[in-house]
Amino acid sequence: MQPPLVEMRGIRKAFPGVVANDGASLELRAGEVHALLGENGAGKTTLMNVLAGLYRPDAGEVLIGGRAVEIRSPGRAIALGIGMVHQRFKLVPGFTVAENVTLGMKEPRFVFHPRSIEDSIGAFARDRGLPVDPRARIRQLSVGEQQRVEIVKALWRGAGILIMDEPTAVLTPREVRELFGVMNRMAAEGKAVVFITHKLSEVMEIADRVTVMRHGRRAATVEKAGTSPVELATLMMGRGHKAPACDVHAGQPGPVVLEALDLEAEGDRGERALRGLTLEIRAGEILGIAGVAGNGQRELAEAIAGLRRVTAGSIRVGGTDVTNAGPARAIDAGVGYIPEDRLGTGLAAGMSVAENLIMKAYRGAELSTGPFLRRGRTVEWSRRLAERFRIKTPSLDTPVSSLSGGNAQRVLLARETASRPKLIVAAHPTRGLDVAATDHIRAILREQRRAGSAVLLISGDLDEIMALSDRIAVLYEGEILGTFPCAGADLERIGLMMGGVRTSGPAREGTTVPSCMRRHGRLRTK
Amino acid sequence: MFVIERRAERSALFRFVSPALAVLTALVCGALFLKVSGFDPLAVYGGMWRGAFGDAYGLSETIVKAIPIALCALGIAVAFRMNLWNIGAEGQLYAGAAAAAWVALSFPGAPAAFVLPAMTAAGMSAGALWALLAAVPRAWVGANEILTTLMLNYTAVFLSEYLIHGPWKDPAGFNFPLSPAFSEAARLPAFGDTRIHAGLIFALAAAAALTVALRKTKWGYELRLVGASPAVATYAGVGIARHVLVAMAVGGALAGLAGMTEVSAITGRLQYGLSPGYGYSAIIVAWLAKLSPAGILAMAFLFGGLLVGGYAVQFIGVPAAAVNMLQGAMLFFWLAAEFLGRYRVALRGRPREVR
Repeated sequence: MQPPLVEMRGIRKAFPGVVANDGASLELRAGEVHALLGENGAGKTTLMNVLAGLYRPDAGEVLIGGRAVEIRSPGRAIALGIGMVHQRFKLVPGFTVAENVTLGMKEPRFVFHPRSIEDSIGAFARDRGLPVDPRARIRQLSVGEQQRVEIVKALWRGAGILIMDEPTAVLTPREVRELFGVMNRMAAEGKAVVFITHKLSEVMEIADRVTVMRHGRRAATVEKAGTSPVELATLMMGRGHKAPACDVHAGQPGPVVLEALDLEAEGDRGERALRGLTLEIRAGEILGIAGVAGNGQRELAEAIAGLRRVTAGSIRVGGTDVTNAGPARAIDAGVGYIPEDRLGTGLAAGMSVAENLIMKAYRGAELSTGPFLRRGRTVEWSRRLAERFRIKTPSLDTPVSSLSGGNAQRVLLARETASRPKLIVAAHPTRGLDVAATDHIRAILREQRRAGSAVLLISGDLDEIMALSDRIAVLYEGEILGTFPCAGADLERIGLMMGGVRTSGPAREGTTVPSCMRRHGRLRTK
Repeated sequence: MFVIERRAERSALFRFVSPALAVLTALVCGALFLKVSGFDPLAVYGGMWRGAFGDAYGLSETIVKAIPIALCALGIAVAFRMNLWNIGAEGQLYAGAAAAAWVALSFPGAPAAFVLPAMTAAGMSAGALWALLAAVPRAWVGANEILTTLMLNYTAVFLSEYLIHGPWKDPAGFNFPLSPAFSEAARLPAFGDTRIHAGLIFALAAAAALTVALRKTKWGYELRLVGASPAVATYAGVGIARHVLVAMAVGGALAGLAGMTEVSAITGRLQYGLSPGYGYSAIIVAWLAKLSPAGILAMAFLFGGLLVGGYAVQFIGVPAAAVNMLQGAMLFFWLAAEFLGRYRVALRGRPREVR
């Protein structure tokens, strides 16, 4: 049997504080569109950056056509026929399309914009269904056109393996259709196309095979024809197989704390991220949001924390209307927020543990009088919190950036729970943490529930949601498709809903794929 | 091949020593330059030292120059703490000087008890307003404050030149670009026979107030938070726009105060060439002092000495530009020292990941 076109084995890549890939593997065949599916932070992009020569792996090997290769640089990757279209395009805005396509190549010696080169690039692109004006400057082009230039650039350099990192995120639906046409055509020519995504519907539409990544390694590789959105969703989020030890706690849930009604909000790229989302959480209750990443989780958390405007709907916390009131009023209303992006949003990395611990409380009468901070009280406050939450730090003046991931997260949780918030929004609170830290963080959240807080838990890990939640709400494309009590939850049905199936019927196959968009009679080279 | 790597830890000793190292290296480079230009570097530096610090007159003049530099540097250091590049102290100084002059010229007969406080208030407000011209677009539409504050410098300088060439020109001034002299009541008192004036008290008070405000208040904490990470500050409910406005206005007010003290205590009128670039020297002073108010007072004194010493050696033919060159070299070497404090240059073997 012919060896696969590309084989990656046991790839490990660690960054300070994070292991992005650990024993990751992947095989690509010629003539296939291969989807690389996984939550944010599952290690998809890192793995592909290794293949494209941008990162050197700490361990593991890469084989191309059965031969071990060392991809020391992007130049070497290009020589091996590997091209990558990054999420952030690597184009020179002031240069023309033709100049960008030939940039850095030895041939042709491209000084005076020879028309022949421009014309042949134009024809080359048109033939591949990627019409662009080779004389246009990059900054004049739309995002979709710029993406075409990136693809042309890779193909012009002879790429036989094309990696596309979340290419559809920036495109309009029509452009997505055109892109899928191009990807099919490339596969038909015998190239291997890697399609990084976390959108199940797109995988079901375009991929031949799917590799699902989870926690930095491969969870499974499956044939598209033999799988379903449900299976993919559960693979991405973990099996949820451990008979959920829903720790149903004794106390009755109290009054409604969070009331979100018909929320609409836009994502960073102006897409409709929340579409009429409604949910409520009671005091002493943890509501887990199950769903595949990118279905509005981040936007929901930010809207409640006052960091993202909602375009419609209302948010009430403990009876106070905080709709579009901004973060300060949300904090005053009793919202604690553990953001997904700990060191970018939740903690000031360069500031000390103590300065981070007082970040939400320094305005209060306990720590300040008039315009002055009370030094003694702030030291005492942070010392007490560090002790209570077992934060391991050389001193309270140590910058948070030099703490381990688990201890940094303890700082964040200590601060957010210190002022007895009515509501805690916890986004991926244990992602990337070791077992001990994970257990500790979960214990803290349970403790908060016992103390009467309402908790909104967002996680990419179904096991975690099962382990903590009293109720589970399934989020799909900005809507809650259903809410279930954790005890006796029908995992099958939750899986279906995460894949976008609204009814509980046996509809399994291709539910989210319009038939008109399916592929017809494609040439396979093997 | 050489690569540049981030250091895991910054040496505490080096952080402390780096400004001194920068000053020394700049002096060595300056010496080379002087040697090549045909001067004896030691004689020139000796002359500068004697001119600036050698006698009571030199010392007093050094303090006179240090006052506006210190006021401007204290002000812009506030903005620098939140990574806001207010390089408009020069213009804010001129705006303050013009406003103070307007008060002095409008109330020639008023008593000192009215006119001096009024000039102070006008100078500080005008400086603050001039800074807000750049701060408001920065706060709400993100207009780059480096460009706007820099351009507003020229606007303010030319505006005051227009005033002294046009509407405020002294009829008895033989056509020189000067405003009429202020009344005695509009002159800030000086200490003894020196030209050291009450502005020194302003500078010391401002340094003390800022030290307390930055260390002990909620405002100082929020400023550090915004400087460390605007995203985190927003998340913590700290309004960035408000802090941009306040930090710029404080800087403008202190630079405007420097302008007021210059016209009121030193020149006694609005005139051409009021500032030999105090607002620009202040940028270097602020960074060399690592933005600490006490350090700024010390560095301003050094830079005042540099100016006075520079004037002193012009008599032996050293060009005035030599002083500017030394100032620039100090900033350059300080930036280099800071860079080397953060990064190391290494030979490429197996590169460590820089992230």
